[in-house]
Amino acid sequence: MSAVLDQHGHAHEHHPSGIMRWVTTTNHKDIGTMYLWFSFAMFLVGGFMAMVIRAELFQPGLQVVQPQVFNEMTTYHGLIMVFGAIMPAFVGFANWQIPMMIGAPDMAFPRMNNWSFWLLPPAALLLVTSLFVPGGGAGVGWTMYAPLTVQQGPSMDMMIFAVHLLGMSSIMGSINIITTLLNMRAPGMTMMKMPMFCWTWLITAYLLIAVMPVLAGAVTMTLTDRHFGTSFFSAAGGGDPVLYQHIFWFFGHPEVYIIAIPAFGVISQVIPTFSRKPLFGYASMVYATASIAILSFIVWAHHMYTVGLPTAGQLYFMYATMLIAVPTGVKVFNWVATMWKGSLTFETPMLFAIGFLFLFTLGGFSGLVLALTAVDVQMQDTYYVVAHFHYVMVAGALFAAFAGIYYWLPKWTGRMYNETLGKWHFWLSIIFFNLTFFVQHFLGIAGMPRRIPDYAPQFAEFNKISSIGAFGFGLSQLLLLYIVVSTIRSGKKAPERPWEGADTLEWTHLPTPAPYHSFEKPPVVK
Amino acid sequence: MSKASRFFTLTGIAAALHSAGAAAAMEWNFQTPATKNAAEVSELHLVMMVIILVIFVAVFGVMFYSIFAHRKSVGHKAEQFHENTTVEILWTVIPFIILIVMAVPATKVLLAVRDTSGSDITIKATGYQWKWGYDYLRGEGEGISFMSMLSTPRDQIENKAPKDEHYLLEVDNPLVVPVGKKVRVLTTATDVIHSWFVPAFAVKQDAIPGFVRETAFRADREGTFRGQCAELCGKDHGFMPIVVQVVSQEKYSAWVAEQKKKMAAAADDPNKKWELADLVARGEKVFQANCVACHQANGKGVPGTFPALDGSKVVNGPKAAQIAVELNGRPGTAMQAFGKQLSDTEIAAVITYTRNSWGNKTGEAIQPSEIAAARK
Repeated sequence: MSAVLDQHGHAHEHHPSGIMRWVTTTNHKDIGTMYLWFSFAMFLVGGFMAMVIRAELFQPGLQVVQPQVFNEMTTYHGLIMVFGAIMPAFVGFANWQIPMMIGAPDMAFPRMNNWSFWLLPPAALLLVTSLFVPGGGAGVGWTMYAPLTVQQGPSMDMMIFAVHLLGMSSIMGSINIITTLLNMRAPGMTMMKMPMFCWTWLITAYLLIAVMPVLAGAVTMTLTDRHFGTSFFSAAGGGDPVLYQHIFWFFGHPEVYIIAIPAFGVISQVIPTFSRKPLFGYASMVYATASIAILSFIVWAHHMYTVGLPTAGQLYFMYATMLIAVPTGVKVFNWVATMWKGSLTFETPMLFAIGFLFLFTLGGFSGLVLALTAVDVQMQDTYYVVAHFHYVMVAGALFAAFAGIYYWLPKWTGRMYNETLGKWHFWLSIIFFNLTFFVQHFLGIAGMPRRIPDYAPQFAEFNKISSIGAFGFGLSQLLLLYIVVSTIRSGKKAPERPWEGADTLEWTHLPTPAPYHSFEKPPVVK
Repeated sequence: MSKASRFFTLTGIAAALHSAGAAAAMEWNFQTPATKNAAEVSELHLVMMVIILVIFVAVFGVMFYSIFAHRKSVGHKAEQFHENTTVEILWTVIPFIILIVMAVPATKVLLAVRDTSGSDITIKATGYQWKWGYDYLRGEGEGISFMSMLSTPRDQIENKAPKDEHYLLEVDNPLVVPVGKKVRVLTTATDVIHSWFVPAFAVKQDAIPGFVRETAFRADREGTFRGQCAELCGKDHGFMPIVVQVVSQEKYSAWVAEQKKKMAAAADDPNKKWELADLVARGEKVFQANCVACHQANGKGVPGTFPALDGSKVVNGPKAAQIAVELNGRPGTAMQAFGKQLSDTEIAAVITYTRNSWGNKTGEAIQPSEIAAARK
């Protein structure tokens, strides 16, 4: 191993500059940076689509876009946010942080790391340009249910290939993360000494390897149904449209945790730091995360309570789904117990972490409501579900990503962000987020279906409030862009230990900013 | 359950707010239940909300107390404890017990909702892009069959006319059922997945092409109940409402008699010879109702998605080919097999209309008998 490290050592000073530095780089920090910028760019694209959706829904009647375009916007907004923004953001965190947190010089497979990033831009290009091919984009919903997908034009095929590329990228990234975590920990760092963020990514990476091929299978079956005369999802040829949903959600439910679990990891670093107190119940945190991951494989059909499953099946999926509340509850209790009798300060990362804790738990509560089959039948495919998953995805995953960005930005850039502006970003985000999504619970309960471009007058008021909230939330995110850019360009120099409560290796054993090559000699962990 | 909900004063508050009319513009609670099942679902939801509220206050009470009292700025020093087996076991076991408490009523309600046995009337609801077809299969009214389409004028949707009270939730032919009778609804679809959703009945059942699913309701009061398709089914997913009129037994019997009479009268004589102008006039109506969403009023379609009929090779070519497309659809596209939905006369009329409209001038009049022959 040391011989290999030495070879790397000699190559240090010769890395190319300019654009080729980024194209050819095998450095985990460069790749992490590219992942994060890529995801931010996609976040803006997907966010723009959300603005179109909310503008159309601002009042009853068709004003901004026609129904077909509206369907395209909801579809691409979902796909871009899930696969283009949130997932790559956390892979970016993994690339930057995992080697530094376990005392490794880089990821286990640096070249594969480069490749797994560079698959993303072509995938994004395929996806976005598919909006402009003859026939327009595929307005099928991000879930891409058959047989609606069979009716679409060539954009559907481009979407399928984009999903293939994204899946390959995720699988390679996961192999890299697992190998790094299992083989490259510094001497003395046992598995149960790994920072929680590393544990969450280890578990997430296994989830990704397990379910990405399933998604690839589902979309490939759609592709062959479209072009090669198969009938996987067509009753006329002996298939079943519901089969698609089973396959999709066998991927789709673990996918929810693929997004949420790394977010748990970030929060588990941030809360102890600003509580100046070790994470409460580390071991139970690890077991709870693993339990959530395992349970996520056996609850998929709770997304399908209205397809006509047998009653026994519905009962089973209801009980199994409710069970997830137990390990999730353990995590929430552990975070609160970590804060209990700490010495709390409320810098921006901590604010976002508390915002996460509060709103993610609300999303968990509405999830519990949806778990009950009889109630879910009322809520399925209404705005209640839209509200629920935005509490989990935006207030959950996205807020955790914001927390992570503010938390590690000093380590990455060597400069401090503007604390006042950071706090503004937090308060604007949390207020507008709730304005946008809290009222959607009411819309859903009152019976407004999701994915409709126009609605009956009794839904008008809440839709207006929701749209105003969405515009505010969208604009607030430009503040994040400004904060990050101004930090990189002209932020105050960060102190060596900007957070006094931080005790993981990247803070205790590396200078700030982290050097281009870190831990060429592994530290010894006691 | 009813005892429990009486105990929770929240019911009262919710009801008060609801009837205080938070007017039509701001519906925020379940639609007033019109079936026992819907009432039970609503109560179950309420019980859940109360349990959740208690947990919420407990957990975040602790968190906000900590935020308030354990701040560094008030000089709180951090303690260093980081585990406590007793506490950790407790907060694993207690939630589990709460879940069991929730699961008991949830199971009861689900079993009640799923019970479709002992129905008085069976109706098949078929989802089409983008309308519903209803066939009364069993019970009083057997044999009645009609299409139910959005009746909101295009002008209101495009903001050229003021929106009326039931904007987007009104249809030409509502489903009519008698009060107090158990109605079993079989759902299916011809093209893509739709979902038959009537909130006041707590009924939502996907309509899956090639399969038949079932649900049931027993409305306990008369009235008009409105819902919408709940599964994304393409372009006009937002424009295929469901309207159910629940009427008294007498009114229902009268309605059935009237429908039977209408159906007898409406059955066109399939052997009648039609004039070109009459066919075109009739065909335009059929076109407006069934074809205009995709092929557009000007016959130009939507380039790339829905083909133009104006100047189309099929429409200006041999009539047999167009009749075949019309009857059998084009599998894999939004073009449906209208042979199952429209009568011979309607198909003959709409084909004649397309062959003699816009730039198309074939001068041909297609007779219903030709469609009947092509069906064989």
